[in-house]
Amino acid sequence: MRFLFKTSYAQELGLFRDNVQRNWYVALFAALLVLPRVVPDYVGDISLVFIYGLCGLSLMVLAGYTGLISLGHAAFLGIGAYAHVFFAHDLQLPWIVSVALACVITAAAGVLVGLPALRMTGVYLTIATLAFALIIQEIFSRWDRVTGGLKGKPVDKPVLFGFSFASELAFYFLCLALLIGALWLTANLLRAPTGRAWVAIRDSEIAAQSMGVNVAVYKTMAFAYSAALMGVAGALFAHKISFLAPDIFSVLLSIQLLLMVVVGGLGSLHGALYGAVFVAILPVLISQARDAVPAWHGLDRFVKQPGLEPGLFGLILVLFILFEPLGIYGRWMKVKLYFAMFPLYKRATFKRQKAYMRSERLR
Amino acid sequence: MTLLEADNLAINFGGITALAGVSFEVRAGEVLTIIGPNGAGKTTIFNLVSRIYDPTRGRLSFCGEDITRVPPHEIARRGIARTFQNIELFEHATVLHTHKRSRFVEELLFLPRVRALELEHRGAVEKVIDFLDLQPYRDSLIVNLPYGVRKVVEMARALCTQPKLLLLDEPSSGLSVEETEEMAFWIQDIRTLLGITVLMVEHDMSLVSAVSDRVVALNYGLVIAAGTPRDVQAHPDVVKAYLGS
Repeated sequence: MRFLFKTSYAQELGLFRDNVQRNWYVALFAALLVLPRVVPDYVGDISLVFIYGLCGLSLMVLAGYTGLISLGHAAFLGIGAYAHVFFAHDLQLPWIVSVALACVITAAAGVLVGLPALRMTGVYLTIATLAFALIIQEIFSRWDRVTGGLKGKPVDKPVLFGFSFASELAFYFLCLALLIGALWLTANLLRAPTGRAWVAIRDSEIAAQSMGVNVAVYKTMAFAYSAALMGVAGALFAHKISFLAPDIFSVLLSIQLLLMVVVGGLGSLHGALYGAVFVAILPVLISQARDAVPAWHGLDRFVKQPGLEPGLFGLILVLFILFEPLGIYGRWMKVKLYFAMFPLYKRATFKRQKAYMRSERLR
Repeated sequence: MTLLEADNLAINFGGITALAGVSFEVRAGEVLTIIGPNGAGKTTIFNLVSRIYDPTRGRLSFCGEDITRVPPHEIARRGIARTFQNIELFEHATVLHTHKRSRFVEELLFLPRVRALELEHRGAVEKVIDFLDLQPYRDSLIVNLPYGVRKVVEMARALCTQPKLLLLDEPSSGLSVEETEEMAFWIQDIRTLLGITVLMVEHDMSLVSAVSDRVVALNYGLVIAAGTPRDVQAHPDVVKAYLGS
């Protein structure tokens, strides 16, 4: 086991724990740069993982760090996508301006949802966001002039500073750059007072208040920031799927996004990315598992029913909450600790403790 | 000099009168304890001072300014910090994180000014950690700490806002005899070394007599006695309130 000898406070303010960790991230970045050469057939899928990563980051800020569970994030993704396509195609604005405007609009939508959400907690907030998502989906299908209604709307490839990102490879690097940028900004926020205020609100609203945190302002801020990230993801998502239709941004997508952060591990940026990889691979695994089911008493026809997939998502969500509430990231930490402590690993290290006397909480 | 003054403070929850016109003052530099049987309205006073509840009637002033209608998050900036009876800590933060306090774009880019401010906060937090001997727990998660330590951590969290007035809600509840004795030392140190005025609610009379300069006794939302710990303990109304007539 390695111990870190700290000699200055500034050491803890860095983005990375130490040089070893930084070198691993540099290695990962280098691997991502050469990855398209290694697996050229999967470049498109990997860019989707990056877009999912942005979505995961967005929901992680809200659900994982501020403790506000949203089931309406597909709506923010949709608002970002439609707004971007409207600005970039209908109004012919430059790509960057269009994405920035889409960001501003989704952030405004986030504030709009955040304001009534200040009076709601827990499951009621989740229900409110779910209702919001359904209303927005309805607007997508009715507001023909902007969204193209149920007929849908085709999306061109992004063009930046006269350079076309039409090829899968160029789009891959665009997504990667935006994901890294978003990760950097989010990590900055999380190591600054704003991030601490969010975590404080998650763990005890009343204590946060008594420490001088304006709960209303910080909750709204979390909603706006989360929605803005979703706006960027939405713009990229629109290019990725190249055709927008209202039924894409369904509740099922919202559940998939939530699945991402829960499976990845709430409360860590790593978790958002692990979740993104998981959610991107899952449909592939499901379809392969389906093909492998033998034709026994019509079982193969049963598993090919279309409604089975959402059910499976729900099942995975429940199983993770029951058996690994810390998600893939939590499991990874356990495995790491197991080897670091070998042979002295104690299972009880990660045992969940009951909170002391929480019954008399004020809110 | 009067630091905090409550004037005829009253609050009703529906038909129940929790406080029926309580007046008291906290002088700068003293330790004032509020005692009283269960349901006397002790914690309600704290919740009124930290502005979680709105009083039905009455006035609160701090450092000569009216704080009766100030929003709860403003209270910390004015110099009042509190602890909670049932410990309200940020469970998944390390001791260190809990302690640091709070411009959005600057933070987003983590500009040098944010870094400097963070280092400054960190210095202030380390002083509190040193003061309360919390060094061994600096990097541990709150969930993994024993109850007695959490109690001290909660006090440390309150001290990190660098208050003028510290409200302690039952600092000894759930603590062993030794931990309670230690708590008495902390409270004395906070008063004498840091010069922070303390207002506390407490049941443990040994702790009350050890640290407090004055005691206010409450029963059914009214002040029944006030004075030195010894006088209040011997007051016939107080004896009656605790033991029945």
